[in-house]
Amino acid sequence: MAEVMRSETLNISNNTSSLASPELLHVLAVDDSIVDRKFIERLLRVSSCKVTVVDSATRALQYLGLDGDNNSVGFEESSAFREIPVVIMSSENILPRIDRCLEEGAEDFLLKPVKLADVKRLRDSLLKAEERVFKNIMHKRELEANDIFSQLKRAKI
Amino acid sequence: MELVQMQKSLQDYTKSLFLDGVLDSQFLQLQQLQDESNPDFVSQVVTLFFQDSDRILNDLSLSLDQQVVDFKKVDPHVHQLKGSSSSIGAQRVKNACVVFRSFCEQQNVEGCHRCLQQVKQEYYLVKNRLETLFKLEQQIVASGGMIPAMELGF
Repeated sequence: MAEVMRSETLNISNNTSSLASPELLHVLAVDDSIVDRKFIERLLRVSSCKVTVVDSATRALQYLGLDGDNNSVGFEESSAFREIPVVIMSSENILPRIDRCLEEGAEDFLLKPVKLADVKRLRDSLLKAEERVFKNIMHKRELEANDIFSQLKRAKI
Repeated sequence: MELVQMQKSLQDYTKSLFLDGVLDSQFLQLQQLQDESNPDFVSQVVTLFFQDSDRILNDLSLSLDQQVVDFKKVDPHVHQLKGSSSSIGAQRVKNACVVFRSFCEQQNVEGCHRCLQQVKQEYYLVKNRLETLFKLEQQIVASGGMIPAMELGF
């Protein structure tokens, strides 16, 4: 009898379809300045990102359904949301603070005022990271598939 | 005035704003984001900046006029103005805000009053200059011409 395969919920399907489309990243931009919101939204759109802009951390959590009030989406904190890269933007070049953000898990730090080149660089590095994750997952699946195939062969199914 | 003349005037005027330090290279970033699909992007952002700055300056005046100045209220306003002016390339406004913040840190009320005046001065200057710039652009467009791309040799 064949061993039951573990089911994994992975966002591979999203990745494969989005690799074909021009908008590879959906960015949730958070800034309390109306001027900066307008600016960063355009910067990101020009860099082929899909953009949602909010004016506060509270609204960002609401958008993601993580505000604790209506967890009707059914996500728990230890879910795919943990994989979302977080990039910090600030006008203040305070190195200890920047280091702490990175230590706490921020993917990158952008110093304001943000430039087009900064966003392009960031986008490229995020896509490379995503590609690596994707490749690792595919490799892992291949190994699992080979493993099961060997077991089936041994069981002579 | 001939179209070519108007375009030259616009270029010279824009250049002078950079040479005077009223605008910095961040303004070029704004212009880079403007294209046929978003032909009014720069003026839209700048208009937002004017509206936002008017509000902030008003709040700052009120806060500094209190019997007891609450610097915890004043500093975030200055920080916001510093940020937005920096984002659009209004260099002198930004620099005035930097000085302002240091006086906030020292809790120096008189110094802050002076800084507010300085910030207002720089703000009205850049506002005036940019409004003139947009008028020049409108005249060119109305005459059927195109806005020449900024070429800065410095």
